[in-house]
Amino acid sequence: MMSHILSLVTFLPFLGVAAIFALARGSDATVASNARWIALVTTLVEFALSLVIWFNFDGHSAAFQFVEQADWLGPGIGYHMGVDGISMLFIVLTAGLMPFCILASWESIETRVAEYMIAFLALESLMIGVFCALDLILFYVFFEGGLIPMFLIIGVWGGARRVYASFKFFLYTLLGSVLMLLAILAMYIAAGTTDIATLLHYHFPPAMQTWLWLAFFASFAVKMPMWPVHTWLPDAHVEAPTAGSVILAGILLKMGGYGFLRFSLPMFASASVTFTPLVFALSIVAIIYTSLVALAQEDIKKLIAYSSVAHMGFVTMGLFTLTQQGLDGGIFQMLSHGVVSGALFLCVGVIYDRMHTREIAAYGGLVNRMPVYAACFMVFTLANVGLPGTGGFVGEFMTMLGAFLVNTWVAIFAATGVILSAAYALYAYRRVIFGALVKPALQTIQDLSPREFAILAPLVVITIVMGFYPKPVFDVTSVSVANLITQNKTALTLDRAPQLAARAQGAVR
Amino acid sequence: MNLLADIHVLLPEIGLAVGAMVLLIGGVVAGDRSTGIISWLAIALLAAAGAHVFAHPETQSAFHGAFVVDGFARFAKILILAGSAFCILMAQEFFAIERTARFELPILMLLATLGMMLMVSAASFIALYMGLELQSLALYVLASFQRDSLRSTEAGLKYFVLGALSSGMLLYGISLIYGFTGTTEFSLIAHAVATVGSPNIGLIFGLVFLIAGLAFKVGAVPFHMWTPDVYEGSPTPVTAFFVTAAKVAAFALFIRAIIAPFPAIAREWQQIIVAVSVLSVVLGAVAAIGQTNIKRLLAYSSIGHVGYALLGLAAGTQAGIQGMLVYLAYYLVTNLGMFACVAAMRRNGQSVENIRDLSGLARTQPHFALAMGALVFSLAGLPPLAGIFAKLYVFAAAMQAHLYIPAIVNIVASVIGAFYYLRIIQIMYFDEPRRPLDHEAGVGTHALMWATSAISIFFVVVPAPLIAIAGQAAHSLFP
Repeated sequence: MMSHILSLVTFLPFLGVAAIFALARGSDATVASNARWIALVTTLVEFALSLVIWFNFDGHSAAFQFVEQADWLGPGIGYHMGVDGISMLFIVLTAGLMPFCILASWESIETRVAEYMIAFLALESLMIGVFCALDLILFYVFFEGGLIPMFLIIGVWGGARRVYASFKFFLYTLLGSVLMLLAILAMYIAAGTTDIATLLHYHFPPAMQTWLWLAFFASFAVKMPMWPVHTWLPDAHVEAPTAGSVILAGILLKMGGYGFLRFSLPMFASASVTFTPLVFALSIVAIIYTSLVALAQEDIKKLIAYSSVAHMGFVTMGLFTLTQQGLDGGIFQMLSHGVVSGALFLCVGVIYDRMHTREIAAYGGLVNRMPVYAACFMVFTLANVGLPGTGGFVGEFMTMLGAFLVNTWVAIFAATGVILSAAYALYAYRRVIFGALVKPALQTIQDLSPREFAILAPLVVITIVMGFYPKPVFDVTSVSVANLITQNKTALTLDRAPQLAARAQGAVR
Repeated sequence: MNLLADIHVLLPEIGLAVGAMVLLIGGVVAGDRSTGIISWLAIALLAAAGAHVFAHPETQSAFHGAFVVDGFARFAKILILAGSAFCILMAQEFFAIERTARFELPILMLLATLGMMLMVSAASFIALYMGLELQSLALYVLASFQRDSLRSTEAGLKYFVLGALSSGMLLYGISLIYGFTGTTEFSLIAHAVATVGSPNIGLIFGLVFLIAGLAFKVGAVPFHMWTPDVYEGSPTPVTAFFVTAAKVAAFALFIRAIIAPFPAIAREWQQIIVAVSVLSVVLGAVAAIGQTNIKRLLAYSSIGHVGYALLGLAAGTQAGIQGMLVYLAYYLVTNLGMFACVAAMRRNGQSVENIRDLSGLARTQPHFALAMGALVFSLAGLPPLAGIFAKLYVFAAAMQAHLYIPAIVNIVASVIGAFYYLRIIQIMYFDEPRRPLDHEAGVGTHALMWATSAISIFFVVVPAPLIAIAGQAAHSLFP
């Protein structure tokens, strides 16, 4: 089984889809109930499988593991799957968040439940495929294929402006992706293969690298999202159903960061170094500007969306420092943000299901009637701020440490973002949770139901464990990250060799 | 003896010709009651011709090199025969429900198919023109087949007038080429052009007219004006026939009539094809946004797809032609399905064509919506559906031929194009249901819908065979 576990974990959700199709008989209520249970069981099995992958993963090796290869499109383009320390934990994150999404939709989604579960299972399959794929075309198929289910989730089960939000999400992301597709084709023509493992050792001429880097950047910057192409994210987040927001913030955003790690940094080493100031500048703007924007938000989901953009700024900054701390921190920040922002959206979903509004002003004094909820929400808010002892701290600290090693000013500017994040997060928390419970509509609000508690409690534990004991994550990532840095440096020397040789010749003359 | 060998090479075509005439006599004797039987016999005839083409893989030529049967011709012929057979099936059910079935329809489709078969095998301009006119005359009649309908007769007249004009331009181009090279055979023209050395201005003139005529036949910008009107006005199965079989034939003709005689002046025609390709994609994407009639929308969509396919021809390489052939196969299958969906759109016994009529289809008929949704996403070129793989090979060939700017413009335009495809999805999935559609369409139409959407979805699992076969077919054009 271990030799095909990645294919299994990638395509198992489609088995769930087939089961939902097969059991979609009878009254609407039975169909809905069947679909819910099938989806839950499938995602739990997925999570178990992802843990099996984690336990069998060898953290001392930077090589791709659980590799599978088969013929697919033709010469040079094959079905190639495998994971290393960079990608493996994203599979665990995806599979881990999915059961929460299904549970969070258990009661809040009432219409077309079977279709909803099918869309989520298909999305899970495609997202896991992104992190497993070791062929560029295969990667592209998974990467862009995920747009279709997400488009439907926002558009069918979303809020009032769902059509606008879903179109914006789709077209923004597609525009970035198609440019990446052309770059992939250019790489295929130059190298004769789209096999990622081979391309990692292929040397692209520096002039070509610039164009390839920009094309990939177009795709990943939109996905990440980086300022100024982040504007689709607040709209998509606000309109998406709760579970859709969780997946957007928790996993889809991480594909951009993963793309930088997998392609831009090792394959286009010179271009990455050339464009590092640009990435730093955009990251700083994202951290400071979107934090300020978040401060002005009246809509809770929009606030979390802008805070996501700011946190992704830390990730891009950390990745492009090309230091062990920065890269490790960037990956950790992505994982912890996946858990924390997902949990925050679940928290918003809890009160949204009760009150059907996301206006911060509509709440206040919830702690009086919902103490357990207030406690859970506080943990995630503080993790979002980056308080030591929560998962959010480790990532932010390490990315800033990496930035400090490379460029002090970048680190200083980034540090102001931490303060701003405390400002907007705590300010929002105070307005929602504290104060007097005066609003008449809130007088009868109920605390967490057992189902909701079962969703939030494990996430509280994970958030705190990540803050106190991040070692299991670094055990997996550090060797692969070190290898990535070596690859980057080797490629850089190769790129500079002709220049150096020319200079040396000039000196001899 | 020689004649017998020639006849053997063109056996499928001769079979179709004789069969069509026999069916015509039968139809005249038995009247419109026999339409069903004649349709099925026509489909059987097409299947037999297809089997013959499939079973004879060797490259042959006949009638002193006027016709050639090579891998390329066989690939196109199989597509054309399949497209025709399914369109006859669709037409049979469509007109049976409309109660306007006439036995001439399958016979006209057979004759048009015969013309298409000759077109893709033609290796000289005279043979090419003969096949083209046989096909066109049958198509003019088919366009106005609902003779009581104002729109249908208008479509037929427009198609006839503009088609005749384009045939005239084509013929003028051919005569100029003949005048400057002294021959109409592709191989001899290629030789003559190569030996002249510097490109002759008169020859270029002829080439421009030739390309104008051919661009007209495939419906590429700036010769696309007839497509929206004709596609909208013709009865739906006939439109399906125009979009699938006729388009594949016109493309195959286009490819051979450019690649075979003019390899020596590739630079001259390449720039024209690039311009035509980019303009088609951009216009198709932008003009489709405002459409409300689904057939008109699909007409603009087909203009866009013509543009993508022509990018492969613009590359002018074997990889480009391979990409084009993959594209044609995908285009044929997807559009058969799309038009089967359009044919199945009926309410209260009336055929409806407004996109708004699909509102909330996902609630009222979820399976119909799923099949159509898969086809629409495939047309938009989104993975993991089949469309992206067709685009992939065309764009790869264009990049390989250093056509970077056209590739970038076309792929950005594909994002604009995605907007109107998404609008169909929005109407089907996001919007509230209006009055539901009927469940009346025939078994064959439904089967076609399901089969094509299943192919669109599952092509990603085994894409290699089609790509390999297209590669072999393209190879036969580049000896």
